[in-house]
Amino acid sequence: MEILVCVKRVPDTSENEIELNGAGNDIDRDDLVYSVNEWDNYAVEEALQIVDKVGGGVTVISVGDDESEEVLRREMAMGADKGILLSDDAFEETDGRGIAAVLKAAVDKGNYDLILTGAQADDGAAQVGGMLAAMMDVPFASLVNTIEVDGDKLKIGREIEGGNQEMHEISMPCVLSIQTGINEPRYVGIRGIRKVASVEIPTMGAADLGVDAAAVAARVKRADYFLPDLGEGAEILEGDTDEIIEKLIELLKAKGGLK
Amino acid sequence: MAQIFSYILHKDGVVDDTALELAAAAKKIDAGATPNAIVVGSGDSLDAVCNEMVASYGEVWKVANDAITYPDAEMIRKLLVNILPADSILLFAHEHLGMDLAPGLSVKMDSAFVSDVVDVEGADGATLKLVRQEFGGAVSAHVTCDASQGAVMTMRPGAFAADESKGAGGQVVDKSAEAGDLAVNRKFLEIVEAEAGDVDITKSEVLVSCGRGIEDEENLEIAFDLAKAMGADVSCSRPIVDAKWLPKARQVGTSGQTVKPKVYLACGISGSFQHMGGIKGNPFIVAINKNPKAPIFQVADVGVVDDMLDFLPELTEKIEEL
Amino acid sequence: MEPALLSPAAYKFFHIPTALFALLIPLAGTAAFAYIMKRRIDPLLKAAPDNRFDQPLARIWRVLKIWLAQWRQPRYMMAGVIHIFIFAGFLVLSIRSTSLVFMGFWEEFTFPGFGGTFGHIYNVFKDFAATWVLIACVIAAIRRGIFRPERYAVPARYGKDHTGEAVFVLALISTLMISESLFEASLAAAQIQQLQTAEFVAPGTLAWLFRNMLLDAPIAKLQSMHITAYFIHDLTFFFFLCFLPLGKHFHVITSLFNVFFMRLERGNIKPVRHGVTDEQLDDLESFGVKKFEDFTWKHMLDFYTCADCGRCSDNCPANAVKRPLSPRFISIKGRDYMFANFPLGGKDVVKDKDYQLIGDIYHPDEIWSCTTCGACEQECPLGIEYIDKIVDLRRGMVDEGNVPQSLQKPLRALEKRGNPWGKMEKKRGAWVKEIAEDAPVKLIEKGESADVLYFVDSISSYDDRMQGIAQATARILAKAGIDFGVLGKLEKDSGNEVRRFGEEMLFQDLKAQNTDAILEAGVKRIVTADPHAYNALRKDYDNLPPVDHISQVICQEVEAGRLSLTAANGDGKVYTYHDPCYLGRHNQIYEDPRRVLDAIPGLSRVEMSRSRDRSFCCGGGGLMLFYEPEEEQRMGVLRVEMAAKAGANVIVTACPFCLVNIEDAIKVAGLEGRMEAIDLSELVVQHLAA
Repeated sequence: MEILVCVKRVPDTSENEIELNGAGNDIDRDDLVYSVNEWDNYAVEEALQIVDKVGGGVTVISVGDDESEEVLRREMAMGADKGILLSDDAFEETDGRGIAAVLKAAVDKGNYDLILTGAQADDGAAQVGGMLAAMMDVPFASLVNTIEVDGDKLKIGREIEGGNQEMHEISMPCVLSIQTGINEPRYVGIRGIRKVASVEIPTMGAADLGVDAAAVAARVKRADYFLPDLGEGAEILEGDTDEIIEKLIELLKAKGGLK
Repeated sequence: MAQIFSYILHKDGVVDDTALELAAAAKKIDAGATPNAIVVGSGDSLDAVCNEMVASYGEVWKVANDAITYPDAEMIRKLLVNILPADSILLFAHEHLGMDLAPGLSVKMDSAFVSDVVDVEGADGATLKLVRQEFGGAVSAHVTCDASQGAVMTMRPGAFAADESKGAGGQVVDKSAEAGDLAVNRKFLEIVEAEAGDVDITKSEVLVSCGRGIEDEENLEIAFDLAKAMGADVSCSRPIVDAKWLPKARQVGTSGQTVKPKVYLACGISGSFQHMGGIKGNPFIVAINKNPKAPIFQVADVGVVDDMLDFLPELTEKIEEL
Repeated sequence: MEPALLSPAAYKFFHIPTALFALLIPLAGTAAFAYIMKRRIDPLLKAAPDNRFDQPLARIWRVLKIWLAQWRQPRYMMAGVIHIFIFAGFLVLSIRSTSLVFMGFWEEFTFPGFGGTFGHIYNVFKDFAATWVLIACVIAAIRRGIFRPERYAVPARYGKDHTGEAVFVLALISTLMISESLFEASLAAAQIQQLQTAEFVAPGTLAWLFRNMLLDAPIAKLQSMHITAYFIHDLTFFFFLCFLPLGKHFHVITSLFNVFFMRLERGNIKPVRHGVTDEQLDDLESFGVKKFEDFTWKHMLDFYTCADCGRCSDNCPANAVKRPLSPRFISIKGRDYMFANFPLGGKDVVKDKDYQLIGDIYHPDEIWSCTTCGACEQECPLGIEYIDKIVDLRRGMVDEGNVPQSLQKPLRALEKRGNPWGKMEKKRGAWVKEIAEDAPVKLIEKGESADVLYFVDSISSYDDRMQGIAQATARILAKAGIDFGVLGKLEKDSGNEVRRFGEEMLFQDLKAQNTDAILEAGVKRIVTADPHAYNALRKDYDNLPPVDHISQVICQEVEAGRLSLTAANGDGKVYTYHDPCYLGRHNQIYEDPRRVLDAIPGLSRVEMSRSRDRSFCCGGGGLMLFYEPEEEQRMGVLRVEMAAKAGANVIVTACPFCLVNIEDAIKVAGLEGRMEAIDLSELVVQHLAA
């Protein structure tokens, strides 16, 4: 089985303190460190485990600048056979749909039975997998937390509310977006990355892919970042118990704490 | 502006809370608009859902189809493409069905897509100004969306106050005949229920978390009662797990689970570094602790200085009365 | 004069000279023993290299102290004293037993020097030795067979109980003692009956007892008894010799070598592969122990040498809280593997290329459960080491990507940010701001220079509570008039646990960055309040200026009169000092912190029963804070209970990780308000004279 896994380089929230910059219109990017999007890492591990069982190859692909090569190498150190970087100035200002269009063009150049993406990213919108599937006209499932190979079909589970699982049978080729917890991704250290440091990663631009400017024109744009007004510090609720409870319930309602 | 449609979630004849939230969101997009609803499903309960929705929506498009006994995103996407006018603005709740259905639908409709919208700041012609959260809620972002060729959006449940006005006086329009071919390459099999007690707190949006203030295993019931009333899950700090009162899977902290809820009720938790290290995404933290000097009050948004064993049952009672 | 009895060398059994048997038995026995030993040595020849031939004098000293003088045995008084008697008896009787073998075919044989008076004195001595060995064996057998001390029990998951083997060997030793004594007593009795000069038999010995019993026995009976006793001894002797390498009594043979080759330094970690420098690490195909032959030959010798005495596991904190680790079984499972896969008969078992020890004989949780506290190695009377094996097994797992999810995040954060919490580098020195007025701290990141570097390390830099230790340390250094600074964002985690958790390349990276920053700073001396950093900088780094722990600095400054401490205020507090593993066992700093406490006038201090080199780990530092072990309770809770039992209500420690674990444990144990924990530096700051 040939599996393509789409990965993204992001500032991981567990390694960064995301704060606004001085101007208050963007996040402070001075001290950010980047890694592979956590969900994507689970997707790569899942692809490797499938290939371990049924044979085949795993290719990792990313749309991004030259620095995205770093995350491709990390995933190759996990065991992916090939990495492909899709990079072009034209891709930089695009939206999720544009990214999906770029990936679609790259998918057309290969021959993949299964395409995996992460279910979402810390700075993303949980959209590329579903869009890519629609562009390819193949079935899609999101939030996938189990995959069982059964001939040319897959039996998959989707994570729905309350820890329940929605089971489907899905034909290949297809696109699945992978939820965390589907497996336990293996560790990759500096040593693993150094081992694949000299493996060549082909880079393709808009011209190589035959993607025109219209396909990557963004319809959705982020105008700025800002901090929602949440108030500062603990406000100690005063009054008798009934008053406190009344205030608290109001607050809980406002913050989505009551269903 | 183009016609706005809300996709109505319902189960066994019961309409999901998000139905009225989407109506509210639609009005934030276009205050003068009368949004339409789409109700898809099969069986007798479908009419009840449609009839309930006419109070809040202009037209309620009913699509009855025996193939859709379970809301399968692949089929519903095909169906929506078949029945919807081009350039429509479609609203979904941002939950597992919306996430499955909406991104692909935007491609099929050739319209713009925005997910997990928490607020709408208005429209400038066909350009919508929306608010999203990124980095686990650490920051918010203004997003502009060119809806001139239509738009598909998923709205965060709970982010919009439900529109309870119910003055739409709409009507049910049966679109069942237009559903068209719904053959797909994905087949729904079954729902596998989670094992009892098998809760993944890392995915919970609201957590009632208890610490040493619970004092005794039997008192856990107080926390579970509150959680049930709130629609929350119960998590805890390490001492509770050490005492084997709750399984490890429910422990929040650097040596336990990392949770990203929207609301976190810390009950009888002192707020150690190790515990707070397991809470990400800047949730709204309510601290309930009888010790006014507990460090949890430094990091909480709102504090209640009281014994959780006294306070929680009263809170539960009031919430249940709502 | 006719001899009173015919010796085995002269006796004929149905016309066949018994000398023939006396010659054949040793030949066959020695040949069998040589073959068995060859098979036992075979795996060691396939093992990874180990550099154990350095510092011969230090090694000989270990042999004299730990092997010959049995230095560690009396740490367990009863078992230790019994063992010392058996061991000493063996040493004495080995000469007699060996000469007996020769006497079977060479009647007049004596070892050079044993012919005259010395020989007679030796004979008296060995009679007593045989007697006390027999008595010790009986006591040992009763103890093992009837009283069954708990530490010898074998949990079902680790295989079968070894009591049978232990008692069988005690029986063999007893047989040797009895047959040797009978051999001698029968001759002496015959000599007395025939009024010949008899060899002196010391009163009260086993031989004396037998001789007196046999004084009236017929000569013919004495003759057959004499010959029979000889051959029982001869056969038992060679059977015993060949039996030793088949089980836990192999230590009788290997202990001398194992102690000679034992680790000399503490706190250090073996290189990934001996003979491969840090710069050459990238060229290695594989890291750590994945298959058995990846162990070094010394580590294999350790497996052979384990006597199954259970002292390691009895002192292991992981075992005490029922984590899935018992160090004793690391050795025993290793030995069982060797016996099964390098069988005496048949060929070595060849494993397929995907074979991994982890998942077969060892389990990931078992190997991650170790806090590297070193209690097991401190206790082992045979010089068996565990930490290097555990680290090598972890290196193998890390290389295969087999790392618990809970450890992956901190490891990635260490790689990206230089600290396990993923906190911003620029906030590493933020704690200095709060004390800027009364104890200004120079920031070397800002280009300032100082004589002394205070190496803070991650937890005291970033953890809100532990920043108190950093601030207290800074106040003390300032009060003592020491010109010091901190690296700030130039400092990375010392990597003590990164290395001990098997992530060698990440450690090398941290080490290189810290080394550059420290050498660039041009300081003359380094001080740290974190024993883990102290250990890493001293044992894992090279070419740094001298490193002191803050407790040493305080001790020097107080005793030199540059720091004076105010009296305890008589508030009824009773203090006890908890030895951090990386300060105590790994670096032998036991006294300085106690001298500092005792320098506070009027401070009341008690010792826990487990203290100094028997200190009990608090739960582990560094990455261990992130690991989620299966355990029944926390080590810290046990430790807090020990302090309470000692009558203390304040636990003083000198390590931020100990403080984290103990403060948490006080809450878990429900002792809040009745027990508190404080760092030595914080306590000293409370007592700094104005």
